[in-house]
Amino acid sequence: MVAALERVFREEWGRVLATLIGFLGDFDLAEEAAQEAFAMAADRWPRDGVPGNPHAWLMRTARNRATDRIRRERALTAKYALLVAGNSAEVPMQATTFPDERLELIFTCCHPALAVEAQVALTLRALGGLSTDEIARAFLVPERTMAQRLVRAKRKIKAARIPFRVPPAHLLHERLDAVLAVVYLIFNEGYGGRDELAAEGIWLGRALAELLPDEPEVHGLLAMMLLHDSRREARFGGGELVLLGDQDQSRWNTEQIAAGRAELDRALALGGRGPYVLQAAIASLHAEMPCDWAQIAALYGELGRLTGSPVVELNRAIAIAETEGPEAGLRMVDQLGLDDFRYLHSTRGELLRRLGRTDEARAAYRRARQLTDDGAERRFFERRLAELAGGTRPD
Amino acid sequence: MKYVMLIYQGDALERQAALPEDEQKQVYADYQGVNETPGVTPGLPMGLAENATTVRVEGGKTLTTDGPFVGMKEAVGGFFIIEADDLDAAIEVASRVPAARYGGAVEIRPSEVYW
Repeated sequence: MVAALERVFREEWGRVLATLIGFLGDFDLAEEAAQEAFAMAADRWPRDGVPGNPHAWLMRTARNRATDRIRRERALTAKYALLVAGNSAEVPMQATTFPDERLELIFTCCHPALAVEAQVALTLRALGGLSTDEIARAFLVPERTMAQRLVRAKRKIKAARIPFRVPPAHLLHERLDAVLAVVYLIFNEGYGGRDELAAEGIWLGRALAELLPDEPEVHGLLAMMLLHDSRREARFGGGELVLLGDQDQSRWNTEQIAAGRAELDRALALGGRGPYVLQAAIASLHAEMPCDWAQIAALYGELGRLTGSPVVELNRAIAIAETEGPEAGLRMVDQLGLDDFRYLHSTRGELLRRLGRTDEARAAYRRARQLTDDGAERRFFERRLAELAGGTRPD
Repeated sequence: MKYVMLIYQGDALERQAALPEDEQKQVYADYQGVNETPGVTPGLPMGLAENATTVRVEGGKTLTTDGPFVGMKEAVGGFFIIEADDLDAAIEVASRVPAARYGGAVEIRPSEVYW
């Protein structure tokens, strides 16, 4: 029962909040009303059973809460008039059909006039239904800091009148990029082991794919997240980092790989060839053994032309090292100006190790170790250093 | 909703002065276009920041100093007011201000009633 309730709450929070904001035009008022309605449901449903249409029940209850609150505050403003009108005419608030305005809400939360960290926090709060405390813990900041961040963002939405709507066609793709970046950031933050954020990113990606079914990059992002996440179990063996080639494939989540590939197919069928679609295609190839490194290198080439990113070029070098040998990969790596990037040095270390240039490999791994602040990564580099000190020859 | 739009020139004046004549004409035409946009109330044209005088009062004594309150490059270069539906509408107009594309910027400040 509790799990079932949690699922309903989870599914409904964003939709209820979005509809209320659209209706009331006030983020805070909508949030308070939604919170009260969900608290009442948590109290009553276990006792009286879940209503036939939970969404309609939550919406009606939240609307009534909002009405009460406005009455109590005696704010007989336009808002109140609107509620009264809505009540009698039943036009915007039909008993069973409510507009799904989650998309409007996502675009508001990810508006470029808000700082990225505020966009992330608001999205997790408004769409994901996470509490301030949960978001604070996930991002390792004090709850007070996170609460202030959310308050400030909501205040700006109101004061600067950031619109609550899906952007018009000429702005849609630019704004969608910002939304996708926020979802990816949330997922990525969880990739280092904070599982709940990775799951949150995927959940948001699914909602977005449902709301924007014809946007290839949306499916591309979801596919990429599913495919990366499918190897989560295998990436950490007893809390230690395990590289792709050494992973126990029986621990890959095959169901999730299939789901990721289905999303990728959908993106490709829509004619997608954007950065997320390309990264999903690469992740799909990585989930195949043996890897088709030539194809992976070609896709990184295409991605590099789109993004101009030296990090993409580093990844291409790794693929080239597999097809043309470590020497060719090393030549590419040494032309990249990424001296402060730890993976440049760990890649150099690996390629030098394969070439039997042990001393240089050790120096490279030492530099990588110096640049990381992640415990699992540091231990991984230390294991490599220990192996090299033991005189292990290239295989 | 009213927004106060502050124009910062940054390097824009120098860069615009170096433009070929037809592009300079475009700059003037674009400023005129902004000023004639429905909802826009143009501000008085502002003279150069180097001619600014900054006034402070300390212990009842008026202190004046030469130059703007902030650095010469950070000084406000102009302003106008716009009545717009929402921030996106204000952003659209801001993006048409020539200073914004020649190294300057436009700051959008929602107006607020304090009294």
